[in-house]
Amino acid sequence: MEKFTRRKFLEISGATFAGAGLAFGGTKLIDNSLFSAEKTSGVVKIPSYCSICFWKCGLVAYVKDGKLWKLEGNPLDPLSKGRLCPRGNGGVGQHYDPDRLKAPLIRTSTRGKEEWKVSTWDEALTFTAKKLMEIKEKYGPQSIAVFSHGPGGAFLKHTFNAFGVKNFAAPSFAQCRGPREVAFELTFGEIVGSPERTDIENSKCFALIGTHLGENMHNSQVQEFAKAVERGATIIVVDPRFSIAASKAKYYLPIKPGTDTALLLAWINVLIEENLYDKDFVDKYTFGFEQLKEYVKPFTPEWAFVETGIEPDLIRETVRELARYKPASFVHPGRHVNWYGNDVQRLRAVAIINALLGNWNHKGAFFKPVKMNIPKYPYPPYPEVDYEVVYNPNNKYPFAGEDEGLTQGIRDATITGKPYPIKAWVVYGTNLIQTLPNQAETLKAIQNLDFLLVIDVIPSEISMWADVVLPEAIYLERYDELNVSPFKVPFVGIRQPVVPPPHDQREGWWIARELAKKLGLEHYFPWKHIEEYLRYRVEAAGLSYEQLKKDGIILGSSQPIYVEDGLQLEFSNTPTQKIELYSTQLAEKGLSPFPTYERPPEPPPGYFRLLFGRAPVHTFSMTQSNPILMDMINENEVWVNSDVANYLGLKNGVYVVLVNQDGVKSNKVKVRLTQRIRPDCVYMYHGFGHTSKLLKRAYLKGASDTQLITRYDIDPVMGGTGMNNNFVTFEKV
Amino acid sequence: MARYAMVIDTTKCVGCMDCVVACKTENNVPEGFNRDWITYETIGKFPNLHMEIRSERCNHCDNPPCVYTCPTGASHISDIGGIVLVDYDKCIGCKACIAACPYDARFIHPDGYATKCTFCEHRVVQGLDPACVATCPTHCMYFGDLEDPNSEVSKLLQSRKYRVLNPESGTKPQVYYLI
Repeated sequence: MEKFTRRKFLEISGATFAGAGLAFGGTKLIDNSLFSAEKTSGVVKIPSYCSICFWKCGLVAYVKDGKLWKLEGNPLDPLSKGRLCPRGNGGVGQHYDPDRLKAPLIRTSTRGKEEWKVSTWDEALTFTAKKLMEIKEKYGPQSIAVFSHGPGGAFLKHTFNAFGVKNFAAPSFAQCRGPREVAFELTFGEIVGSPERTDIENSKCFALIGTHLGENMHNSQVQEFAKAVERGATIIVVDPRFSIAASKAKYYLPIKPGTDTALLLAWINVLIEENLYDKDFVDKYTFGFEQLKEYVKPFTPEWAFVETGIEPDLIRETVRELARYKPASFVHPGRHVNWYGNDVQRLRAVAIINALLGNWNHKGAFFKPVKMNIPKYPYPPYPEVDYEVVYNPNNKYPFAGEDEGLTQGIRDATITGKPYPIKAWVVYGTNLIQTLPNQAETLKAIQNLDFLLVIDVIPSEISMWADVVLPEAIYLERYDELNVSPFKVPFVGIRQPVVPPPHDQREGWWIARELAKKLGLEHYFPWKHIEEYLRYRVEAAGLSYEQLKKDGIILGSSQPIYVEDGLQLEFSNTPTQKIELYSTQLAEKGLSPFPTYERPPEPPPGYFRLLFGRAPVHTFSMTQSNPILMDMINENEVWVNSDVANYLGLKNGVYVVLVNQDGVKSNKVKVRLTQRIRPDCVYMYHGFGHTSKLLKRAYLKGASDTQLITRYDIDPVMGGTGMNNNFVTFEKV
Repeated sequence: MARYAMVIDTTKCVGCMDCVVACKTENNVPEGFNRDWITYETIGKFPNLHMEIRSERCNHCDNPPCVYTCPTGASHISDIGGIVLVDYDKCIGCKACIAACPYDARFIHPDGYATKCTFCEHRVVQGLDPACVATCPTHCMYFGDLEDPNSEVSKLLQSRKYRVLNPESGTKPQVYYLI
């Protein structure tokens, strides 16, 4: 593997502390009366919304004698229903994390042997603006790319839109949900969206394919899952690992990894062959049924058994259960679904099964999300810019997302200079080193940059490579964009600071606005403080800003979300104005209009397929600096089937190094022997194995799955990176 | 007098540690220590497995060996529904209670005294559930008075199959697990 010079992040910690102490008075820019708590004793309760993941639960912060004590769910909030998840409760630790970024940093010498200095905000922003203007002058606005993940980046994206930038990307598409949204949009004309529109709460039967609710702690879904368990809903879990959800399931299907589409095709086959599908619904609302019927004839449960290892009788029995409870039954579309590089086709099969169950916009399956109508702020129009986005040349991936872009497409262009060069990256809230597959390519791209700006709250790996690092106040210390998530009831939530930032960190909106001023774009920010902006939007919706600040949440009036409460079904967004079992859009692009199954590559002898997932107490690689959450789980382990381990002589709790098919070695990681996984794969929590020394709690704790994911298979439909075709073996330490 | 107890439905618990985190912030539990924890018990051979997940803590026993062994009277059964508490001013940190507890529920606080789950008695006296119960996203935990036959905990123990931990130790634990 190619070696790269690692930019030294240098010995700034001492300097940072000193700088931070001097700069503390600078935090006065947070004006407001909320912090009267600092002077008074007793407990003050302030509502806001969470940002430990992107579910955006409403919270209530308890501030005791001016100090953050604890967080609870906001009882008014339809997402948390008054109960936060473990990460949400642990958000307190992010505020007190001693290792967080404390003051702006500027790299001071040439690349390769650079040094850093702690700077003032004025100096860091002036320098940043100068670099960006030079690059824009020389290469045009198209040479600047912005990676931004989560709601906090809204104002920064506004600044860069005003600057003429069009190359925006977030890992939420090509590394996460993309294939699902594309598959459902192709089929139903509507995406699944986040929060997912699944009505687990009222479901009588549902199937989870690789979706590990209970380990994936998206709050409302877990709450609804527990209700379904309590009601005795028939739960079917398909997973190579005996997940927490599997332990609650009536049916556990220990599928061979990568063969899910074979199972799904067999389920479709049985639904049709045994006449179990919703005939009226299919006749009335779908397109291409007769062709589908012909197409799936070869995909019998006996055929699928050979691929999946799931007994034909079990395949039949489980899909009969789904059919028995239709329309209050569904197959969950999952969330992180970039697995094998043919993922849209798999998710199309999921969408088709749901269509055959006649469950769209039906209680107990998929509801129709509703959203509060909050007018936008009347900004001046962005400048007209005449260039194509860089990440999808010649529309190679015909259904690549426009809003979320293709992260690795920007990386490719940065490496090759084609279709045109990318010279600056702006990275907000996403640790690209631990997010994008194939770290060597990410580092190679970074070497080609003239400028890398990172805005983060902790010294993440990506910030180690930056030319300028800007420390943002964490979500409990800042205002942000309103939360108007589509869900079961319309609502709006506010994020407002509950405590001031402890050092020289600043709020994201302030950073975006100050940078815009330095870029000569002040007129794009007609408001001086974000509260003017928020007040405008809330009052334009006819709501009280004061009430929103006081309660944290304002609920709208309920609207029909199911056929059962009067909703009319319509499918006006597909070309045929029907649910497209046969996808006319895929056919038009020369792609298969019906889901195709491709047998996944086999591991070389002695190697195991590497699978990864979530720990309930961590979010990606963002929370391993949090002292409270690290007290729960402070390193990951590699799960190995204990029978296999006996053959290999691996002992429980010993450290090993994992070596992948390309010879890349992991940090040392502890072996966990378990019966809860198939013999042909191993499993790790994602997010560990940090290599940033400034993350003192997390440094070299556990191994990074991302480091071992050197191979990725790109989905021809939408450009997602399938990351589950990597294989590892064990090396003793 | 009330007899407070906790009833935990293992069939709903997902082992997410929300109870552990909520306890930690509610009670300012120091870094490196927790007053409650999760136990996963898996039996069988892949793929025919059964897993029980339990949120565990001090059992606030009716017959508490920690109280009997305490040389100073710091560990005691309180007037608040039989909750077992430690009077930190009286505790000398001798660890006798730690050795006596069959549930390994206690630890020495960095400030030198023995501590453990209090059933959040400071919340209970205000009519609130303990922090762990109040936050659990699966609603698998229940808190209440077993002396009241109409309480939710009493009703659950009347209608559901349950067990307690280490019954052979004779401690009469007051955390019940629905199975």
